Amino acid sequence: MYVIQMKNITKRFGNLIANDQIDFDLQKGEIHALLGENGAGKTTLMRTLYGLYSADEGRIFINEKPVHITSPRDAIRNGIGMVTQHFTLVSPLTVAENIVLGATKGISINPREISKSVAEASRKFCIPVNPDAVVRSLSVGECQRVEILKALYRQAKVLIMDEPTAVLVPQEVDALFKSLKQLVEQGLSVIFISHKLYEVMEICGRITVLRGGKLIGTVHRAETSEKELAKMMVGRETFGVVREAGKDPGEPILSINNLKHVRNDGFERLKDISLNLHKGEILSIAGVSGNGQSELVKILSGLLKPTEGKIVLDGIDITGASPTAINAAGMGRTPEDRHAGVIGELSVAENLALEGLDDYLNRGVLDRKKIREHAQELIEEYQIKASPEDPVGKLSGGNIQKVVMARSLSRNPLCIMAAQPTRGLDVGATEYVRKKLLEQRNRGAGVLLISEDLDEVLGLSDRIAVIYEGRIMDIMPASEATEEKLGLLMAGVLDKEKTPTF
Amino acid sequence: MSKFRIEKAPAPAWVRPAIPVAAVVVTFVITLVFIAWVKVNPLHTYYYFLVAPFTSTVSMIELLVKATPLFLTGAAVAFAFKAGYYNIGAEGQLTAGAIAGAWLGVVLEGSTPWISLPLMIICGFLGGVLWAMVPALLKVKLGVDEVVTTLLMNSIIVYIVSYLLNGPWRDPVSMWPQSPDIDQSAMFFKLIPRSRLHFGFILGLITLAVIWYLINRSGFGLKMRAAGSNAEAARFSGVNVGNTILATALISGGIAGLAGVGEVAGIHFHLIPGLSSNLGYTGIIVATLGALNPIGVGIAALFFGLIETGSLTVSRALGVPVYLGQVVQAALLLVTLGMFVLTNYRLKREG
Repeated sequence: MYVIQMKNITKRFGNLIANDQIDFDLQKGEIHALLGENGAGKTTLMRTLYGLYSADEGRIFINEKPVHITSPRDAIRNGIGMVTQHFTLVSPLTVAENIVLGATKGISINPREISKSVAEASRKFCIPVNPDAVVRSLSVGECQRVEILKALYRQAKVLIMDEPTAVLVPQEVDALFKSLKQLVEQGLSVIFISHKLYEVMEICGRITVLRGGKLIGTVHRAETSEKELAKMMVGRETFGVVREAGKDPGEPILSINNLKHVRNDGFERLKDISLNLHKGEILSIAGVSGNGQSELVKILSGLLKPTEGKIVLDGIDITGASPTAINAAGMGRTPEDRHAGVIGELSVAENLALEGLDDYLNRGVLDRKKIREHAQELIEEYQIKASPEDPVGKLSGGNIQKVVMARSLSRNPLCIMAAQPTRGLDVGATEYVRKKLLEQRNRGAGVLLISEDLDEVLGLSDRIAVIYEGRIMDIMPASEATEEKLGLLMAGVLDKEKTPTF
Repeated sequence: MSKFRIEKAPAPAWVRPAIPVAAVVVTFVITLVFIAWVKVNPLHTYYYFLVAPFTSTVSMIELLVKATPLFLTGAAVAFAFKAGYYNIGAEGQLTAGAIAGAWLGVVLEGSTPWISLPLMIICGFLGGVLWAMVPALLKVKLGVDEVVTTLLMNSIIVYIVSYLLNGPWRDPVSMWPQSPDIDQSAMFFKLIPRSRLHFGFILGLITLAVIWYLINRSGFGLKMRAAGSNAEAARFSGVNVGNTILATALISGGIAGLAGVGEVAGIHFHLIPGLSSNLGYTGIIVATLGALNPIGVGIAALFFGLIETGSLTVSRALGVPVYLGQVVQAALLLVTLGMFVLTNYRLKREG
């Protein structure tokens, strides 16, 4: 019996088709994986099911009856629960209070009673929680258990889990999988969103793969392999920008040695990263986002101090240095989120001057003529569609990215760190940005490209490194890289022939 | 049937300066109810509020006197808010400046104005800086919310004033708790003889001009605006956000301190309890109404001077309570803030 059937679901955001005629179904008592890269449309599909989005086309059946789900309330009433990556718990309240929140009857609540009923539910579903603990004091894994129990407490028969393991440490992942297996035996059905192949192969019965908003196929675990799934997940079309054959790479310009970063809560985000970037090469760090790239980018930008390790740029130690010092040492930086690189309320000209502000000051007073001329030059050179006085916030994503790049590239940096430089850009802007990066490489700068777009990585790089859970899985010349190989590495399936250490 | 939906869409730039004007009109419509309540003719009331103060020289000068401290507290608040530092403590910083002025003014006995005037200004400024320092350091070093700390500092200084005036600084010849008069040389000179309009008015205008220049034309101002509107991006771009906020907070406190020294050296000539009478809090309204722009702050301060003078005129002419003016002021703030928020949205009709 099908507990959920989604037929022909289409969802558009403006011109973007996030879901293109997708069919998806869920049988009673199965764990069904929804596999795909970031932006493949997994979360959109599930948000549609949970009533957070309404589909432009398509129909949803629950227990083989057609339903209209227009809000999460409808979804909950139909026995659907969702556990997202960002928890929706009220931190000053206790576990029990959070679980009954919104599901209480009458005006008054009896703390002892709700605590008792939550403890009962905890036993029944075998999800250990302490009903009287205050949520603020819980670990991430415990919060997730509370979220799951909250859904089950509200009679959920179907549980949607959006990348539940992304925030967990390995021991917590094991515990989660054990709970899920038990719950499925009790009759729960689970939709498991993930991009990690080994997890999917470990606990899911069927696997549906989405790519670029389209349904690629649904397969049974027994009839597939990680290799096949990787291929389905990252299959590529051909690439636009043409790369000239690489010259021999020059001498090393940036060396990262044994870089580690441990978050305050003890989560190791970067584990022993070592990389050497040479002059005149593009070294890509491929990987699904959330595997430590943000921390690496922040450390290289001067926004985060590493726990251990050393970074040397052209003979200057820039470990833990300030953004200004790193900039002065010759690093051109493009942040992961372009809106975190420019100030929307300031003008294009002011933003372009901000990074090297001392050059535009005359005894502390802004040299407005110089700032405007500088802006005009860059606007022309980088074809930014704006005037110097326009506030940057009014510009399109592509033009904002051009402002960010123009600012750092105009200083002729020795080394360029470009993080997700084309994310969310249209085709024209994407090609422009890629062309600029190649230009910089041909000029002799070292380019460190951090990207989750395999097209981009395969099309631009001289060498490719793959990052997974804060570790560099492998580094290879671009000529040896294939989509399949990268896909397997990105999904955490080790290439055992090349990594004898495991 | 068509439905309406609210969606986020910022209004064009020219709307912003028009808001305070529109707010005045809307406020007067709303306050009609209260004016009708006290059984007076609304048109007469508005006449005395807005027009009558311009009909006599005395009340016009009084308008400028009332606006003088508001130039400074408004400037102090606008300057801090521009950097995203929500200084609610202009009230306390003003009082600190007043204490400093009242002390120095007595010490300067027998001096000449050429020496006393600059010293009084510097001393008042430093008093404000000092009082702003604790919350600023707590904010920058430990991330403590400045709204809470600056506000609490306001209450603390009320008791310090009370201690000084009932203890060590109490003027033995006076019946009221007040400090001895400051030296003749330390008093701000009058701009118009036999009026209350003093040098503080010019000081206020100069300060507004200086902070306008600082905000819009200096490198520090650019960093400050960057830190205020997107701290993360400012940090990425190499702005030392902590130092920028610290400097802004201290300068803001200093400007509020100038307002305090102006009240002591220009109006009262000694320290009294309740010297500020909410000038610091009114500064927040003035800064908001002036859209944090020094020119706007100047206009808003004059407008408040007008309303305050007007509310006195109204009560005298029509026999209504002075509180009516305060009702209008408060309504004006709410309407203005509401309108600023509403400009970010629009109603969209759905077929």
